[in-house]
Amino acid sequence: MSKEYMLGNDAIARGLLESGVDVATGYPGTPSSEILTTLAPSARDRFHIEWSVNEKVALEVAAGASWAGARSVCTMKHVGLNVAADPFMTLSHTGVVGGLILISADDPACHSSQNEQDSRIYSKFAKIPCFDPQSPQEAKDMVAYAYAFSEKHGIPVMLRPTTRISHAKSDIEVHDITERQKNIEFKKDAERFVVLPKHTRVLLKKLNAKQDSMRKELAESPWNKLDLKKGAKLGIIASGVASTYVEEALETLGTPVSYLKIGAYPIDPELIKKLAGSVERILVIEELMPFVEEQARMYADNVLGKMTGDVPHEGEFDTLLVSNIIRRVAGKPLLQNHDVKLDFELPARPPAMCAACPHRATFYVLKSVFKEDSIFASDIGCYTLGTQLSAVDTCICMGASITVASGLSFAGVKNKIACTIGDSTFLHTGIPGLINAVYNKADITVVILDNRTTGMTGHQPNPATGETILGEPAAEISLESIVKACGVQSMQVIDPFDLETSKAAFKKAYNTEGVKVIIARQPCVITAKRMGIRRQQYEVLEDLCEGCKRCVKFGCPAMEVRNGKAFINDTCAGCAMCTKICQFGAIKAKGV
Amino acid sequence: MDKFDLLIVGVGGQGVILASDIIGKAAVQEGLPVRSAETHGMAQRGGAVENHVRIGCKYGSLIPAGGADCLMSMEPLEALRFAKYLNTKGLAVINTEKIVPVTVNLGKVPYPELDTIRDTMKGLCAEVKMEDYTALAKKAGAVQALNVVMIGAVSKYLPISQETLKEVIAKSVPPKTVAVNLKAFDLGREA
Repeated sequence: MSKEYMLGNDAIARGLLESGVDVATGYPGTPSSEILTTLAPSARDRFHIEWSVNEKVALEVAAGASWAGARSVCTMKHVGLNVAADPFMTLSHTGVVGGLILISADDPACHSSQNEQDSRIYSKFAKIPCFDPQSPQEAKDMVAYAYAFSEKHGIPVMLRPTTRISHAKSDIEVHDITERQKNIEFKKDAERFVVLPKHTRVLLKKLNAKQDSMRKELAESPWNKLDLKKGAKLGIIASGVASTYVEEALETLGTPVSYLKIGAYPIDPELIKKLAGSVERILVIEELMPFVEEQARMYADNVLGKMTGDVPHEGEFDTLLVSNIIRRVAGKPLLQNHDVKLDFELPARPPAMCAACPHRATFYVLKSVFKEDSIFASDIGCYTLGTQLSAVDTCICMGASITVASGLSFAGVKNKIACTIGDSTFLHTGIPGLINAVYNKADITVVILDNRTTGMTGHQPNPATGETILGEPAAEISLESIVKACGVQSMQVIDPFDLETSKAAFKKAYNTEGVKVIIARQPCVITAKRMGIRRQQYEVLEDLCEGCKRCVKFGCPAMEVRNGKAFINDTCAGCAMCTKICQFGAIKAKGV
Repeated sequence: MDKFDLLIVGVGGQGVILASDIIGKAAVQEGLPVRSAETHGMAQRGGAVENHVRIGCKYGSLIPAGGADCLMSMEPLEALRFAKYLNTKGLAVINTEKIVPVTVNLGKVPYPELDTIRDTMKGLCAEVKMEDYTALAKKAGAVQALNVVMIGAVSKYLPISQETLKEVIAKSVPPKTVAVNLKAFDLGREA
């Protein structure tokens, strides 16, 4: 055993390796993405790993592998579980053969997500166990336990890290990786793997019958700990990362408090009853939904938490926030809040598309051809940042650009409607929407922003890039062929940096009825740099610059204003769009 | 056990994660428990980023507001944005090279004067060091070495030896840039 400084997601990947994972699937999504990326190099020639097309596909592949006896894992972010919900809800009934861990990473405070969602609710909904780590080390340690538990009870299990587990680093104990004996064979069993009503009615009874034994076993597991303190009047129940904040806060509280730490569900009511029997009041501290709190209320009186207004319903916690929740309840003086008051406004620094991002160029042309009153539906990806260019009017979930645009069209809005969707997102859940739009005769322009990668989540390959997660060549799925096969009559492919041709394509789409598709193809500037593409940088000729700020309004982070004139900083990556936007010929290639 | 809460802030792309990685690995090498929290995903794209590094800590990775022993800011404006994390007895080490946000370029809000930033920070903590660390990085041989210059600048206060830090720097940066980065560390430490 040795100690390494590791990211929570890397620690989870290490846990999977130490447990002898056989099949790993997933779809990228912050904060879950690094698990598969880290696992990939070890998978070569040893086990199957894939970026799946979407989360539903990923979970079904993992299920098939598990039914053949393989230890499988399927990773996604919380909202990805919505996409995988269909197989998920029934997989608990069929159960598993080889251990199956579904990792759904939650994102309290929506650091990089469209909502806050509590995957623990899904585990209860599907009646499967859920492991809720308090630290990266615990997340890793839970993996081995979870596989053994999954195989013993024949049930898929969930591991639910949150952002501050997945994207936290710490000293992590690592162990050797040993080869595991395995027996890969699919044994036919229609009563189990074919969910006809007569089969599934029996399966549900079996699933319900497992609950008690799972609950009892988890109560004895290292993840749930009850610490009764002599003379304590207050009991605290905490789960997940919030339990570390509670433990730090209790160090300086100066009053004995009994403490129940919950790291695995379903919870055994006996734990709650034991705590309730020894204290006067119970305070439940957990991020996201009042999941533990609702169960505590079933077995204890005087429970404080979100439902009594003592704990916030939204956002993520930290030690100061948790300390003051406890202090308020315990009647102790509150710790000072350190909000800094300034007598001037602090300039915001919102995230922005990179210098030379091809999406910015596409949005520029889109906006210059489609008039101000056009409606722009968009989707999930880097290009959602197009909202800063007033080029994103709607965004709700993966694949919902084409469908929302269709709905606007069918509702009869008079405005022109254009939507934007990335290559990976189009393949994920955009295709059914495009088929639907053509089939039901929408009047929309669909722009597929094909930057040859899955950008926002860290540049994972997808089926259109012709490369697997291992970097091996694969069949390159043709977006053009898919678009044609969906029945689209008007399709154009453009290079967004070719301003004149792009304008002509958008004008044609603007004046054509029905479903028009424009594929705007240009590699992501970050991957282009990694591939060794170095473009010429540009500079402003101060004498010619009139200070009109047209180039600044383009929104490129390389473009600044210095002394009233435009100035191009060192982040310029050479898309040259500013040279085409400037009306005074004031921007030239550097050193030419 | 030595406890030290360090907040490293800057702008996405400045190498904030590598800076906290080097310090975290060095802490582990010296047998100290360490917890850190990183900014990934959407917020990273040119936005304000914050990395929490808690040396000698066995709890959560987020530094409570008012708890940081040191704020290392790779950009002046970002020091103000994250100042609430600083302990009143703490130290702020701030780079003076600006990265102007788009909101300023579009004329919505002015960028505060460096003197205003310095004075405000002085009112919030015990000591403020403001230097043009970017110039030192250039002097060392690469502007990208700014994060290592600043590790050098805070190294005097960390409960980690400079030998360990240098060893980890040499292992963590691209092989061709080891000499530049070690020089960057020294320049930062001397500044």
